[in-house]
Amino acid sequence: MTESQSKLREQHGPWFGEFGGVFMPEPLMAAIDELAACYDECKRDPEFQAEFAALSRGYTGRPSMLTEAKRLSEIAGARILLKREDLNHTGSHKINNVLGQALVARRLGKTRLIAETGAGQHGVATATAAALFGMECVVYMGEVDTERQALNVARMRLLGAQVVPVKTGSRTLKDAINEGLRDWVANVDSTHYLMGTVAGPHPFPEMVRDFHRAIGEEAREQTIALTGALPDAVLACVGGGSNAMGIFHAFLDDPGVRLIGLEAAGDGPTTERHALSIERGAPGLLHGMRTYLLQDDDGQTLESHSISAGLDYPGVGPEHAWLHDLGRAEYQPVSDAEAMDAFLALTRAEGIIPAIESAHAIAGAMRLAQESPGSTLLVSLSGRGDKDVATAGRWFGLLDEEAEQA
Amino acid sequence: MSRISTADAIRATGERALIGYLPVGFPDLATSVEAAVAIAEAGCTAIELGVPYSDPAMDGPVIQTATQAVLDRGFRLDELFEAIEAITARTSAPVLVMTYWNPVLRYGVDRFAERLAAAGGAGLITPDLTPENAAAWLAAADRHGLDRIFLAAPSSSDARLDAAIQASRGFVYTVSTMGTTGARDDVDRAARALSERIAERAAATGGEALRCVGLGISTPEQVRDVLEYADGAIVGSALVRALDEGGVPAVRALAASLAEGTLAPTERKGATA
Repeated sequence: MTESQSKLREQHGPWFGEFGGVFMPEPLMAAIDELAACYDECKRDPEFQAEFAALSRGYTGRPSMLTEAKRLSEIAGARILLKREDLNHTGSHKINNVLGQALVARRLGKTRLIAETGAGQHGVATATAAALFGMECVVYMGEVDTERQALNVARMRLLGAQVVPVKTGSRTLKDAINEGLRDWVANVDSTHYLMGTVAGPHPFPEMVRDFHRAIGEEAREQTIALTGALPDAVLACVGGGSNAMGIFHAFLDDPGVRLIGLEAAGDGPTTERHALSIERGAPGLLHGMRTYLLQDDDGQTLESHSISAGLDYPGVGPEHAWLHDLGRAEYQPVSDAEAMDAFLALTRAEGIIPAIESAHAIAGAMRLAQESPGSTLLVSLSGRGDKDVATAGRWFGLLDEEAEQA
Repeated sequence: MSRISTADAIRATGERALIGYLPVGFPDLATSVEAAVAIAEAGCTAIELGVPYSDPAMDGPVIQTATQAVLDRGFRLDELFEAIEAITARTSAPVLVMTYWNPVLRYGVDRFAERLAAAGGAGLITPDLTPENAAAWLAAADRHGLDRIFLAAPSSSDARLDAAIQASRGFVYTVSTMGTTGARDDVDRAARALSERIAERAAATGGEALRCVGLGISTPEQVRDVLEYADGAIVGSALVRALDEGGVPAVRALAASLAEGTLAPTERKGATA
């Protein structure tokens, strides 16, 4: 590997090309600076890394398996390998980042964790870490999302977290982040804002990516062990983009491996109801970072749309914006309908019910299989679909009338 | 009408300024203009006109509800410049615009500055733009003769205070949002300490910095307390609530009442110890 090639994996914040940065109100700058300095120490501290590794092994259940999806591969016409983040404790990749940040928060002397959540996976993971570390926890969740993910709301409350339905703006993930930031401004002495994706101001994009890096590192080794070679492509869904950055990172300097992020196209890529931040957005500021953003001519953030609450976000992590502009990663749209077809295909072929978020990545793989038959496709199965059973039941008309009304 | 700079307007009050915040377009464009003119006539030294924004992470519930209503009816930035023209035609009070940064960035920093100056605006207050990201704005403000007001917070380091003081022209927005959940005494202490730190830092570099404090001030007594240690008091949510509940007459009455808090102790009728 040449030196210039090794640079991609070594890139760190605050800037990824012209994306990223720190665009935060002054009252939060001290906390951001403190967090960035603390994380720099943690990166270099073998004790911190050992404690994180021990938690990942003994609590999360890492390394996660690599499953060869043989029946799905036959249907699709390519060799599909699933990185099973759905088997992690709490049911998604989100736990990786949450445990890492909880360790950072403890080191900072913070006793209260706040988080935003869309699908509820990150909220559940944060509530879990708060229980494990004996910390107070408040989760902000758009009112729309508390309705479509009622079970996860109950899970968070069982874990002792307070769930606050956010009634402002579009009442989804982006508004939950705004509300979290307001809480942080007011309670910054006691509180760590546990950002759930590779977005926000530095150091979040870099730090969250680092805590998810094991996904790609393990998958790279597992793929080589299983097939004797690198995969032809790595695919992952992208909302904010944390599972995608986690699995992409190990492959950034493998130029022969295509990296494909699947953005939620909602009603379709040519409609106005989508979450295609990279494909349809323009550079701008949101939540403390410069990135691709769905916005109007006046710089007002536009509402995104997706059947998947976890992908329903009008921005994207700045490292993805950078990889897109470099041409190192590709970003493709997957509509609600395509995602739900893939959801059912995986469920029926393999007995694995994916999160609807992750089903976008499966859909991307099935499409790529048609273009490149016989290729080896590594797919991030970022979460399990238990939380989505009600949505899927409605989509496929599987609910009895009584359940439908409940 | 020849424009007075924000700093000169504050100095003209004997460093006892009252600055009133109102969102442009609330509850409609014409009424927001009337309300801004009314609070200037009632004693506001300067007007802070807020730009409705989809993701106002620094605003409390009252202002957020008001600006969301403006956005819901399809607010466009052009209305901001129209409003400034209409207000500055009727009052000599400086009109500052409080805006999150993405709308300015999207519009074009220099284009925004040029149009703001042409409309008679005095400058910008930028809650989510800190001096380290402000190079383009600093240059545009110089080109178009605009004031630029950056925030200082109780948690700001000395180095960050220095940067805010240096980059600001007009005054330094002295915030005490860390204390929104704290007792009022603590808030006072935090704002007072910050105001004194800013004065010291400015003096250490041979300069001077006007300090205006915004921290949920809603009564003449609070205005009076703040002016013991700062050059101006900024009132936001209370005015917005008055406008929402009682229209222009109510917001004018509240501004007049708040302005009583700006009278120097010797000017006050029946001042009590």
